[in-house]
Amino acid sequence: MSSESQYIELYRECRSMIHQHSAPLMNALRDEAMADFEAQGFPSQKVERYKYTNVAEAFAPNYGVNLNRVNIPADTAEVFKCDVPNLSTNLLFVVNDKPLASSTRDGIYIGSLCDFAMQHPDVLQQHYAQLASTKADAINALNTALAQDGLLIFIPRNKRMEKTLQVVNLLRSGVDMLVNRRVLIIMEEGAEATLLFCDHAMDQVNFLTTQVCEIFCGNNSRLDMYELEETHTSCRRFSNLYIKVGTDCTVSHNNITLFNGETRNTTDVLLMGENSEVTLNGCVVADKNQRVDNNTLIDHQVPNCTSNELFKYVVDDSAVGAFAGRILVRPDAQKTSSQETNANLCASPTAHVYTQPMLEIYADDVKCSHGSTVGVLDASALFYMQQRGIPIDEARMLLKFAFAGQVIDAIRLEPLRDRLHYLIEKRFRGELNKCTGCALCK
Amino acid sequence: MLEIKNLHAAVVGGKEILKGIDLTIRDGEIHALMGTNGAGKSTLSKVIVGDPSYEVTEGTITFNGADVLAMKTEERAHAGIFMSFQQPVEIPGVSMTNFMRAAVNARRKALGLEALKSTDFLKLMRDKRKLVDIDNKLVNRSVNEGFSGGEKKRNEIFQMAMLEPSFCILDETDSGLDVDALRIVAEGFNKLRKPDTSALVITHYQRLLDYIRPDIVHVLLDGRIVKTAGPELALQIEEQGFDWIKDETK
Amino acid sequence: MANEFVKKVAEEKYKFGFTTDVHTEIIDKGLNEDVIRLISSKKGEPDWLLEFRLQAFRYWQTQTQPTWGHLRLPDIDYQAISYYADPTKKKDNAQSKEIDPELMKTFDKLGIPLEERLALSGTAVDAVMDSVSVKTTFKEKLSEKGIIFCSISEAVKKHPDLVRQYLGQVVPYRDNYFAALNSAVFSDGSFVYIPKNTRCPMELSTYFRINARNTGQFERTLIVCDEGSYVSYLEGCTAPMRDENQLHAAIVEIMVMDNAEVKYSTVQNWYPGDAEGKGGVLNLVTKRGLLKGANSKLSWTQVETGSAITWKYPSCVLQGDNSQAEFYSVAVTNNFQQADTGTKMIHIGKNTRSTIISKGISAGRSENSYRGLVRVGRKADNARNYSSCDSLLLGSLCGAHTFPYMDVQNNTATVEHEATTSKISEDQLLYCNQRGISTEEAVGLIVNGYAKEVLNKLPMEFAVEAQKLLSVSLEGTVG
Repeated sequence: MSSESQYIELYRECRSMIHQHSAPLMNALRDEAMADFEAQGFPSQKVERYKYTNVAEAFAPNYGVNLNRVNIPADTAEVFKCDVPNLSTNLLFVVNDKPLASSTRDGIYIGSLCDFAMQHPDVLQQHYAQLASTKADAINALNTALAQDGLLIFIPRNKRMEKTLQVVNLLRSGVDMLVNRRVLIIMEEGAEATLLFCDHAMDQVNFLTTQVCEIFCGNNSRLDMYELEETHTSCRRFSNLYIKVGTDCTVSHNNITLFNGETRNTTDVLLMGENSEVTLNGCVVADKNQRVDNNTLIDHQVPNCTSNELFKYVVDDSAVGAFAGRILVRPDAQKTSSQETNANLCASPTAHVYTQPMLEIYADDVKCSHGSTVGVLDASALFYMQQRGIPIDEARMLLKFAFAGQVIDAIRLEPLRDRLHYLIEKRFRGELNKCTGCALCK
Repeated sequence: MLEIKNLHAAVVGGKEILKGIDLTIRDGEIHALMGTNGAGKSTLSKVIVGDPSYEVTEGTITFNGADVLAMKTEERAHAGIFMSFQQPVEIPGVSMTNFMRAAVNARRKALGLEALKSTDFLKLMRDKRKLVDIDNKLVNRSVNEGFSGGEKKRNEIFQMAMLEPSFCILDETDSGLDVDALRIVAEGFNKLRKPDTSALVITHYQRLLDYIRPDIVHVLLDGRIVKTAGPELALQIEEQGFDWIKDETK
Repeated sequence: MANEFVKKVAEEKYKFGFTTDVHTEIIDKGLNEDVIRLISSKKGEPDWLLEFRLQAFRYWQTQTQPTWGHLRLPDIDYQAISYYADPTKKKDNAQSKEIDPELMKTFDKLGIPLEERLALSGTAVDAVMDSVSVKTTFKEKLSEKGIIFCSISEAVKKHPDLVRQYLGQVVPYRDNYFAALNSAVFSDGSFVYIPKNTRCPMELSTYFRINARNTGQFERTLIVCDEGSYVSYLEGCTAPMRDENQLHAAIVEIMVMDNAEVKYSTVQNWYPGDAEGKGGVLNLVTKRGLLKGANSKLSWTQVETGSAITWKYPSCVLQGDNSQAEFYSVAVTNNFQQADTGTKMIHIGKNTRSTIISKGISAGRSENSYRGLVRVGRKADNARNYSSCDSLLLGSLCGAHTFPYMDVQNNTATVEHEATTSKISEDQLLYCNQRGISTEEAVGLIVNGYAKEVLNKLPMEFAVEAQKLLSVSLEGTVG
């Protein structure tokens, strides 16, 4: 049986059950999405964007899917430790695909996508599945066909989210589980938000997650977003993120992967309005058999935008790190300024690094550059430190930490920055094999 | 006391550079090592501190009776050997504070002392900074990153003050023309020097020796020490160059 | 201002676009096993070579044309091409060994005199028109040193063991679609063998010329540089202006033994098509060197100004320990030209080093891509690579792209890549204008300055030619 067929059959058999537990607006797209999925199949590694990740293999095992919406309890107090200390946040738990609470305050809605779909079908219709094409990507198609709920954040015109919103995604299951999560973030003109998403797995089973996230940044909006993955070696994550950016926006997105099994993050940014500034940063610390594949596209469709991209990987043991970043400057996008950097430390003889920065430029008045390095710790710096009496292991740790620090230091959310400094330093010292917060790690 | 006997060393996998060095530096003594380019002066200093790019093929180095060649680079540092680098390396992202804390505490650990408490460490930094007159701004930056030549030298002296070595190697091979850098290193060393502090000063030129008076001057040519005499030798070299020594040794 | 200049470039003539009126024997269009047997028999080849061709052809039939390049490759009707054209064949089958004076004139006109007394100093030439080598100069002089420099057809006859030993070793016919095609139908090209501990006393060079209509050129070059030896090899190419596309699918294989060094320089100036994008050569080439020996060196330098489509990645397999490879490239595209070019550096041996310097210049409505792979294998301890890829855009209708791939499996390796994209600034032009230099001349100056790092790598005579070519290819393209 091919990897695809079990999902096609699942959909055929459970179509009505899926529909029954979801919103009509989401249901309306399912048949076509499934047809798109059938037509494409999972992308092979010959497909340029999936060169470094074997999708079919990841989806081949038999996972359970909670289509019947069996309530899975989560003791949120137990996981509260995962919280970033000293960070004053609004905290929202999402168990698998289901937010545990929905709220509307000051016009800002945070909560279940399904619930919002019932209340404001018009708003949803304008945005849902508008960026994540089911024709162009099989993961989008599969997620659109199967996802029954997810998170919706709606920030109306000129509203500002006072506190950072921390969304804790908890994976919970007694059996191997496929979770299809949907996220939709709508920021109207002048809206402002800081969002922190943390992924945790609470049970020692195999989890496969697809997350399709669509973000609409209206004109003059400001978004500062962080995704932090701290799951475990039996977790696979396929995340497709689409950000549509209007005029005069400031958008930054950070993808930090510390613990996982296999992760594929697709991040596509569409610059559709002038004078906007986008920052995509990422940090990967991978060892054992972790695999992390970040694939980004920054699509400059209009003039006068700036994009900056910085991804740093420290890859140890038998881990595999892959980065592919495409900067596309369309014919009209004059005065684009774009800079992309990917730096990798390959720390073990069995670790493997792929890097593939891409510039595709169709406008002449632009400033674009990319740089990519794979390397070892600077031998002369190590020697200098040893001459000052610093033991070689300590010297290595300091240099690795300094290497990753460049991304962490760029985090504007100070408590998160401190927390990551702490976690990464511990990790490099070999003092911590897992995150301390989850029930599992105790 | 540093004692070097019949030291032969080569670039790892490459040609021999030091071809039998004998050198004894007693506590409190200052030795100058002079010689032409490529004679092996910097190699000798790097072999003493344990640069992994060189291998010792023959001979011994002892420091206060301990076998230096059996020690790791950092252990040599803990034993009190300090080198002021000719070109101090830049280490982006590692703050001076973290760097010095790691160095000071590693040494204390080797000496069987407790790690310094954060407040005590910061006080130490402050005191030493004043002592060597280094700008606070430099101490708050990454190690040597974006420092000017003079600032880097000042930073070397600051680290010397922090680590209180008993034997210093001042490698000033190429900075002979930069009088400022020389003066910073020399004056700093003189200020920090204790009666039993010894040093090996490496230079092309007499000029550095105007600031640091050597007790003994050696001339290194083609991997061997070919002449050893008092401070007057340095003056003679300044006037006459090295050719007459070459002729003498033929 | 800019637009006027862009327009003007269309008027620029391709000065090598003339045709030669010479009787040419052309076999019928089409490709099948009989055609391959016919080519092989015309060349009087041994059975093993025919077998090699047939195997390649059978493999080619199972493959499809690759689509991964950043190119709009037209559908090529492989049955509408003649695979063998011989301009040296006499009408009445006369046995005279004299070369048709028209051919001599053609090469004179191209600046490649085939009479040794007129030759560029210190350069031996193998002149190839269509499918056949017309003449190789200085053969005798070179043979005194044991150096073999002749057409590959001649090598097959005179040195069959050497050819058989090395042919297809660096680029097997299964390598890619066009390599398979070439292996099936290759006609002529050069063969070079430098024996042990020999420094080749002159530059060797091959000049390729496509003349006949509706033919493809499938040359094959094989260079073997034995232990401790050195050779510098140059390649030049032009073609007449024709309305239809001409197919050129070549293979160059280079084998470099212990302590040997090969420099390979190309100035590629195939007919690029007209200002509307009509015609031009499809240049689909596989070039690869195997640095088989320890301490071996290989350097590719290319100046690519011609062809409607260029699809070529001169590559290096750094197998010998301490081997060193370089790739220096200037690729200029104008009008509707498309280039997808770069290199592959495959590090296998220890302490191997590679350098990639690529300069892309796009003008008109052209597309210019750098595509490169740096792979460091698990055993390639201390491998080092440095790549720098710069793009210069002249005008707002063209594209400049960079697609580097890095694949590192060794934790002692250092791989660095950097790329920038820029344009000639108004300030630079104004500065030049103020000093009395016309805008057109200024662009030539600036572009040549930009490409200097690569041009400097070319042998002297070529460098001068290449500089002129750059200015001419870009005249009036100020953006």
